[in-house]
Amino acid sequence: MTNQNTISRESDLSGGEYKWGFVSDIETDLAPKGLSEDIVRLISAKKEEPDWLLQWRLKAYWHWVDLFENEAEPTWAKIDYPKIDYQDIYYYAAPKGTNEAPKSLDDVDPEMLATFEKLGIPLQERAVLAGVAVDAVFDSVSVATTMGKQLGELGIIFCSFSEAVKNHPDLIKKYLGSVVPYTDNFFAALNAAVFSDGSFAYIPPGVRCPIELMTYFRINTEGSGQFERTLIVADEGAYVSYLEGCTAPFRKTSQLHAATVELVALDNSEIKYSTIQNWFPGTKDGEGGVYNFVTKRGRADKNAKISWTQVETGSAITWKYPSVILKGDNSVGEFFSVALVNNHQQADTGTKMIHIGKNTKSTIVAKGISAGKGSNTYRGQVQIMPGAENAVNHTQCDSLLVGDECSAHTVPYIEVRNPTARLEHEASTSKVSDDQLFYLMARGLSEEEAHHMIITGWSRDVIKELPFEFALEAAQLLKVSLEGAVG
Amino acid sequence: MLEINNLHASVVDIENSEILKGINLKVNKGEVHAIMGPNGSGKSTLANVLMGRPDYEVTAGSVVFYGESILGLRAEERAHRGMFLAFQYPAEIPGVRPWQFLKAALDSKAESRGEDKMSVRAFSKLFDEKVEAVGINPTLVKRSLNEGFSGGEKKRNEMLQLEVLQPSLAILDETDSGLDVDALRIVAEGVNSMRSPERSFIVVTHYQRLLNYITPDVVHILVKGKIVRTGGPDLALEVEKDGYKEYLAAAGANA
Repeated sequence: MTNQNTISRESDLSGGEYKWGFVSDIETDLAPKGLSEDIVRLISAKKEEPDWLLQWRLKAYWHWVDLFENEAEPTWAKIDYPKIDYQDIYYYAAPKGTNEAPKSLDDVDPEMLATFEKLGIPLQERAVLAGVAVDAVFDSVSVATTMGKQLGELGIIFCSFSEAVKNHPDLIKKYLGSVVPYTDNFFAALNAAVFSDGSFAYIPPGVRCPIELMTYFRINTEGSGQFERTLIVADEGAYVSYLEGCTAPFRKTSQLHAATVELVALDNSEIKYSTIQNWFPGTKDGEGGVYNFVTKRGRADKNAKISWTQVETGSAITWKYPSVILKGDNSVGEFFSVALVNNHQQADTGTKMIHIGKNTKSTIVAKGISAGKGSNTYRGQVQIMPGAENAVNHTQCDSLLVGDECSAHTVPYIEVRNPTARLEHEASTSKVSDDQLFYLMARGLSEEEAHHMIITGWSRDVIKELPFEFALEAAQLLKVSLEGAVG
Repeated sequence: MLEINNLHASVVDIENSEILKGINLKVNKGEVHAIMGPNGSGKSTLANVLMGRPDYEVTAGSVVFYGESILGLRAEERAHRGMFLAFQYPAEIPGVRPWQFLKAALDSKAESRGEDKMSVRAFSKLFDEKVEAVGINPTLVKRSLNEGFSGGEKKRNEMLQLEVLQPSLAILDETDSGLDVDALRIVAEGVNSMRSPERSFIVVTHYQRLLNYITPDVVHILVKGKIVRTGGPDLALEVEKDGYKEYLAAAGANA
């Protein structure tokens, strides 16, 4: 791997195939392959965790073993993949020299910094200029958190999960597993047992976080799984916008990614969570790629609001349902999603909106783009509990087909247990028409530009929910991801 | 500027589907040509073939634009060389704003010619001017391209594109016999205001009505894929009076 230090994000995105498929040559501290109680203990020991956390991990581990032995790996999703050999995965891969958290950027492996630069992550000074605080998770370990000092003055905590365990154990103890307990599902149990790092953010009461917080995830080591855990707590009346980006190198073997994200929005607070997921999607022939099994859920208390926005273009398999428990009265949940599959990618993604409080309101806008031989499924659940007087949901599911070998599926579940609820569900399926393409081409756009314009236009309702810079990146990503599907 | 010789065209992948059966046509700089003909004569096909619609296949003949054969060029390459097709039924494209679309169209033209792209500021100014000139509702151009536009609004939007892109040859496909007077007037105003010694027009139409507002230099009658008669503006009036019967009979059709 040559050491190219200055590739801008723009040039990375300028076209061609998967651009993030480089491998960094960094010495890695690997635990042996396979999953056992010992590995769980080793991870916990490496992190110098308190006993209560080790015990929690072990409970999760034994729960997972139980699920595994009962073959409880979920099979209801419309995805097809070879059985995952959980003993053939590295559960801990840390770049060497990071078991001590770097005190400053000077302590970080230069090769790693170069990797992040290639990814276009504004670490160092660029972070300040861009107004973004970045927590970069490389394989399993959080490398550096920028702008910590500036945020600290406002009482905002933004750090790696490991640091949070050390420095803010009370907050972790209080909220860890409070929204996604380890018993939640197969992958959540796995994550709880072996998560090695992730991000933590806490916004104190009444504070509006002045910058966007961002975590950048990257899987580097071959055959390693990534199991990060993110916990964001917005205290009463707080506001935070959080961004998450993901890439992985080009590998012919598949990689497992099983993350958990928990959001806690206390009374009158708001959390806006945006994701651009661009894990390696596998080759054109469907070799390799990331298996992305993610559990994301938020709890919204009284008058609180949680908004998920996601642009999913990567991964060979996506299994992901960012959800909101609308617990408090007048709470609001939103889900805006664009999921694109090309070649042999399969996505089964959607959301759950669970209305518990009175006058709760949720909005779902899910857009699926299928190209190549891709399979795209929207799976969503809207649940109105008996006490949820006057709950309102609006759901809109749109599918767009590019070519004639792909497929799109919509699976909405609606459960209403209170007669005052008002629910609307709209769904549409369309194709990029020859008329649309010719119209744009007759004005001077190439076929590829025309496709791109039609698709980003079609996705606009979702993309406009992203912070500005992310929106540009998302539009570019849709373009790059569709290459080869067109023409 | 445009020379069509013995042009034959069929629908792609359909046997015996020849629609154009030997078209000959020469358009000089600054001229306005009207192509008239009964339904199914191939008028709309001709307009689309000239612009390079992939649904049609040219089986014989040549089309030369400014000395260059264009039959091997894709639609966007023809657009870059100054050709324009105003559509009979412009496609609706959700989420794409006319502003963004036109900027992209201009940019790709500039890029193909190795010219600098127009700055956003300069383009915005130009766009606003043209929006006013064409009389299109300014709130409309903030919406999705053609989506929910009335027939007249779609026509205005086509004329807006014509004004911004400033092509050297504009082909107007107005075959629809159902165009209302309003829409006809919008198209005519667009053509008349853009008429110049440097720019030519081919106006494809079924009825003479449109030619009440546009005075063509040359009128062609197209029947069964061939131009059967060429004349001056009076020819259009003649057709208005007598219809296409005579031509259809001559072409051996059951009129």
